[in-house]
Amino acid sequence: MSSRTLYDKVWNFHQVKDLPGGSTQLFIGLHLIHEVTSPQAFSALNEKKLGVKFPNLTVATVDHIVPTSNQQRPFSDPLAEEMLATLEKNCKTHGIKFHGIGSNSQGVVHVMAPELGLTQPGMTVACGDSHTSTHGAFGAIAFGIGTSQVRDVLASQSLAMNKLKVRRIWVEGELQKGVYAKDLILHIIRHLGVKGGVGFAYEFAGPAIEKLSMEGRMTICNMAIEGGARCGYINPDETTFKYIKGKEHAPKGQEWDKAISWWKSLASDSTATFDDEIQLDGSSIEPTVTWGITPGQGISIKETIPNPELLPKNEQQIAKDACKYMNLKPDEPIEGQSIDVCFIGSCTNGRLSDLQEASKIVKGNTVAAGIRAFVVPGSQKVAKEAKEKGLDKIFLKAGFEWREPGCSMCLAMNPDKLEGRQISASSSNRNFKGRQGSANGRTLLMSPAMVAAAAINGKVTDVRKFL
Amino acid sequence: MNQKFPKGEIKSIQGRSITIRGDDIDTDRIIPARFLKCVSFSALGEQVFADDRKELKGNHPFDVDNNKGANILIVNENFGCGSSREHAPQSLMRWGIRLIIGESFAEIFFGNCLALGIPCLTASKEEIVKLQNLVEKNNNQIWDFNLKNLSISNQKETVKLVLDEGAYNMFFSGKWDATSQLLDEEEKINKTFNNLPYLNNFK
Ligand code: SF4
Repeated sequence: MSSRTLYDKVWNFHQVKDLPGGSTQLFIGLHLIHEVTSPQAFSALNEKKLGVKFPNLTVATVDHIVPTSNQQRPFSDPLAEEMLATLEKNCKTHGIKFHGIGSNSQGVVHVMAPELGLTQPGMTVACGDSHTSTHGAFGAIAFGIGTSQVRDVLASQSLAMNKLKVRRIWVEGELQKGVYAKDLILHIIRHLGVKGGVGFAYEFAGPAIEKLSMEGRMTICNMAIEGGARCGYINPDETTFKYIKGKEHAPKGQEWDKAISWWKSLASDSTATFDDEIQLDGSSIEPTVTWGITPGQGISIKETIPNPELLPKNEQQIAKDACKYMNLKPDEPIEGQSIDVCFIGSCTNGRLSDLQEASKIVKGNTVAAGIRAFVVPGSQKVAKEAKEKGLDKIFLKAGFEWREPGCSMCLAMNPDKLEGRQISASSSNRNFKGRQGSANGRTLLMSPAMVAAAAINGKVTDVRKFL
Repeated sequence: MNQKFPKGEIKSIQGRSITIRGDDIDTDRIIPARFLKCVSFSALGEQVFADDRKELKGNHPFDVDNNKGANILIVNENFGCGSSREHAPQSLMRWGIRLIIGESFAEIFFGNCLALGIPCLTASKEEIVKLQNLVEKNNNQIWDFNLKNLSISNQKETVKLVLDEGAYNMFFSGKWDATSQLLDEEEKINKTFNNLPYLNNFK
């Protein structure tokens, strides 16, 4: 059993009591909600005649269903409009702060909450969305929950949880030029598998992790769930504090100093014990691309599509399915595979630094003929800051579309969708069958800079050629 | 369709079974994202596995006439991975599923099922494949699930199942609906609140 890790310490602070079933009642310090997984939770609350216990610990935004081309209300899709209107009404009824369209603070929930300084070290963060693990980048214990649990948090500000085991993933060295946090996490998931993390919280640590910016750290923790780990976290350090300082909800004045000393005390002790430890070398990682239908099916840009027959037995069937679905042939290089659509955005890679890195590749180049390429900033703040830096112009000039913030083609609940068998180069986090809006559409996951390179060459490209 | 959803103690379940084969079946496949555009779960039963069913043109297990009315689902490894959408277990439940047996389950999916009163139990790969073969050979047979014995049986064959103690106790006692338990001792919640530095000006 782990001890003296950040996970253990934060867990202890939030324990309410042991429940009869053997699980623990855990207090939730920050509850984030959005339009997709909350309406039924509010209905259930009403049915049970319950109220919201701590309305000021729940914060709402709208992201999944928002159109990104025209955000004029009412939305042209009546179902999308109904979902937004329902959320607005529920927030109003229960006194919950809502960051809506036109508020300057709306965005993908896992992008906007850190920007506002809502996410802080030592918190428990829950949201009806599996990528809530993102917030672990701050040294919080953050995890996705289902709608029944959203109801429970609204009613009681707590959840019935079982404590996870903790696996430390220690990354030595330093990422090479052209290799980003996205490549690192795709590499980790490839090697530990999409279910390797089931039952675990992942602690990401080591020199390569410490050197990452907060945005890079969020990319890593965001995809912990793709490796099966319900939450992933990174111990808070100066990088963390610097990011939070001055943000709207950051502690101020004397509180700031007290906050820092509390936050520091939460980091895993040097004597901490873990249930499992893994070490890898960050310096040897190359730009990584998924070729299949799970985020674990990634290879370096220099590798060829694996031959299913040569894989471990338990990976063969899914690899065969993937080759068939993706229409990719074993032993062919991934580099040079042609693509149709390029998507830069999502809670994995829709932040300012992602757009900046991609814009460096795009600058002075043109999107290849026949390719549809678009950028969807993760939040209104990202959009504003990117515009201030002139990034929108760089993308537009190269032939990208520049859109309004939202989840967009990460899951295609809005009008942004793949069509038919189209194949995308995407900076998002899931390459599941049908994920991007076409039942037989195909997705290649990669870093935003790699997506930019793919857009320009019209095919999967080693971004290092542009650097 | 007027359905009875799980309620109270869940100690036994009888019925016919249905199989879905394959590892890593994610919640996007169980219920594609476009069906998440709803403010109520009520229509989800018809939309379960929508894209897979479309592709198989009537030959998907959830479309085959003989499988209608089945309430036990047998799956393989890491079932329900991906998105946390409760729409996935909701769609299975509204189609009629009341029990899922598989090699393993994604954690959030397992928890979501628990919150709806749908037990997810596991068995080894060999046992699951054996069970799937038996079910597919004759999908009319009635299976008996017994929580206390942690087993499922068709009179001739019995397969032993695994369920962690916490979930077992919750189904056994009927206390799988967490809300009331969580609200049992409000002072304890308030006490935890008052001891959290970040909610109390870092005092
Ligand atoms: S950007 Fe994608 S993964 Fe992130 S919250 Fe939105 S839909 Fe989910």
